[in-house]
Amino acid sequence: MTDCFNVLIVDLASGKSRAEIIDERSSVAGGSGLAALLFSRYGQSDQAWDHPSQPFVLAIGPLTGYFPLMSKTVCSFRSPYHDQYTESHGGGRSALSLFFAGYDALVVTGRAKSLSCLSIGSRHVVIKDVGFMKGYGVAMTGKLIRRMFPKSSGHRSILRIGPAGEIGSAMACVNIDSYRHFGRLGGGSAMGVKNLKGIVINGDSSRPLPDNRDYRKVYKKVYDQVTSTDMMRKYYHLGTAVNLQGLNDIKALPWRNLQTTSDPEIASINGDVFADQTLLRNGACSGCPVGCIHLGFFRDKFKEDARYLYHQVPYDYEPIFAAGTMLGVTDCFDVLRILEEFERVGLDAMSAGVALAWASEAVERGLVSEKETIVALKFGDALAYQEAAGYLGTGYNDFYCLLGNGTLKASAVYGGAEFACVLGQEMAGYATGPLYFAAQALGFRHSHLDTGAYSYEQKNHQQDVSKAVDFLIDDEPGRALLTSMVACLFARSVYNSETLAQCLAATGFEALAGSLTETSERIRQLRWQVRIATGFRPDDVEIPKRFYQVATIRGPVDGPYLDSVKAEYGRRIMDLGRADPTPD
Amino acid sequence: MKFLTTPRIDRCIGCHSCSLACARLIHQQISWSSSGIRIHSAGGLSTGFVALVCLGCDPAPCVTACPTGAFSQRQGGGVIVRKKQCIRCGECVGACPVDAVNQDEHGAVYVCLHCGRCVDFCPHNCLEFDDVDPLTRSLYDD
Repeated sequence: MTDCFNVLIVDLASGKSRAEIIDERSSVAGGSGLAALLFSRYGQSDQAWDHPSQPFVLAIGPLTGYFPLMSKTVCSFRSPYHDQYTESHGGGRSALSLFFAGYDALVVTGRAKSLSCLSIGSRHVVIKDVGFMKGYGVAMTGKLIRRMFPKSSGHRSILRIGPAGEIGSAMACVNIDSYRHFGRLGGGSAMGVKNLKGIVINGDSSRPLPDNRDYRKVYKKVYDQVTSTDMMRKYYHLGTAVNLQGLNDIKALPWRNLQTTSDPEIASINGDVFADQTLLRNGACSGCPVGCIHLGFFRDKFKEDARYLYHQVPYDYEPIFAAGTMLGVTDCFDVLRILEEFERVGLDAMSAGVALAWASEAVERGLVSEKETIVALKFGDALAYQEAAGYLGTGYNDFYCLLGNGTLKASAVYGGAEFACVLGQEMAGYATGPLYFAAQALGFRHSHLDTGAYSYEQKNHQQDVSKAVDFLIDDEPGRALLTSMVACLFARSVYNSETLAQCLAATGFEALAGSLTETSERIRQLRWQVRIATGFRPDDVEIPKRFYQVATIRGPVDGPYLDSVKAEYGRRIMDLGRADPTPD
Repeated sequence: MKFLTTPRIDRCIGCHSCSLACARLIHQQISWSSSGIRIHSAGGLSTGFVALVCLGCDPAPCVTACPTGAFSQRQGGGVIVRKKQCIRCGECVGACPVDAVNQDEHGAVYVCLHCGRCVDFCPHNCLEFDDVDPLTRSLYDD
């Protein structure tokens, strides 16, 4: 294996591309580390997110393609949401396609003169004008791209955006192969601002087998662990949707814009109900035998006679929280219908659901009316939310344009900031308590997966600021290392340090295998340094009052504790940002 | 004579573990296409998956098409491949009626040898390696 990265740089403005060899493998590993390195090289910290020169980066890791569940791609960009550097992670076929195209990363810079689609492979780079796709939804765009680029069917990945990405919405996602996404923080608009409607990655070459006789043995060991034990059952059985009942039971599931954290109506939209009534089949990211993708279906009668059509919609815990409990929608098929509309326009489901939940409460309180919302938004009214999804995704009027740029931006104009469920971005579905609220608010991706705060909070009852923040700080490097490999974080119990070292050594990355602790810390620091250079300041992140008022598993939130944890975590993050990167 | 068959391919989740196993264990490569079995979506991911794999023809059209004898008839169906005799002309690829022979970017061709090594790597038991009577295929196909 090589210690260099092979990076394809495509400039949409000139239509020219080049492959660059970057000799930093032992320093940043790949994935998250490589993405941060590439942004620090090609990004402009003094220019806004929509400057044509800002890079849109896809990066895979040293174990991609070599081991099971090394199936994710890191997408990095300067976010339209907060105008800072960020990452989003997604799977589908993207990781293996990029790997078999022969690259460790793709960097797209510049802005195409007209709406375009980029196709890359091991022996081609093609940019085609797709002006006729303007405004098309995600599914139709996928169909058109498949017709335009028929090569490598089955061994390619198709990334595309919907109208939300074309209008610059901060909630626009990138759809990956129909059922996966680079969801959060506006990656869709990072593509859209480049006039880039789609990216086709053809995995049309092969790689040599690692020259190490342990490789097959280590592969088999990992493969058996993930397929022959119960380690991954949670993910392939009911999937993450299993958490709905559990979090509701412990008063940690946000309902109706986080007005409450538990509701008996969970019985109609928990993981068992989705599996029993809606689950059509399962799918997998390429290279992952677990198959955690759950595809639900709903059907609609479109004539009085028995004429039906059906839709397949992927579901998980977070989308059900966002389009279900957060909106007070308690019919499993209605949840899928709302998700389908988010999907159609290319909106991130979590962000859109939480934003519409705020809008519903704003209507209840008389802060906005149908003049702004067009349709009467009311908790539980699934039809209204389906219609509103279209307005939000297309920026139908000033209200929806503003809301698409963030709930706090809308509340700054219309009022209601105190009940905006925003923790750095629209909240994820974990109301476990103050530690989680602080962790998402300041976490690198504002994701529940940045740290295990939600889990720590369920297991540790004492409120010790120092211990809690130590946990957040200590937990992060291991996750940054996994997302640099790039592993699915569902596999974090399988890929402990020892197994990762074995995998890296067997694949030929002996130097990396011997320096995991230092490398993970170096990656963590680099990511924060890039983020801070683009404007991140913990003190700028406010936690709305709603998070101080809600009851969680241990009763009312202790406000002073939440403030202390946030202040201390912010201080520690800024220390990381100032630290010199650990020497190689 | 044992054959690799795909009687439960409707269960396929598209993980490509079978293709990766064939490439890794038989062809000494990391690949999802340089393998005897390849997984494609059946007209977009929304319609599931199909396995492109040798159906064990006897006589096999790819053998007839091969000008060098690199492909020869396997007794009972399928082919025996002698790599050293292959001149990478690709005639076998076009001759296969079900697209089961793949040619890589260097011209090398890959077809299922019916060894069954991939079967253990399918997490949903889509594949089977067993004796097959052609007349009973309809009981197992999808």
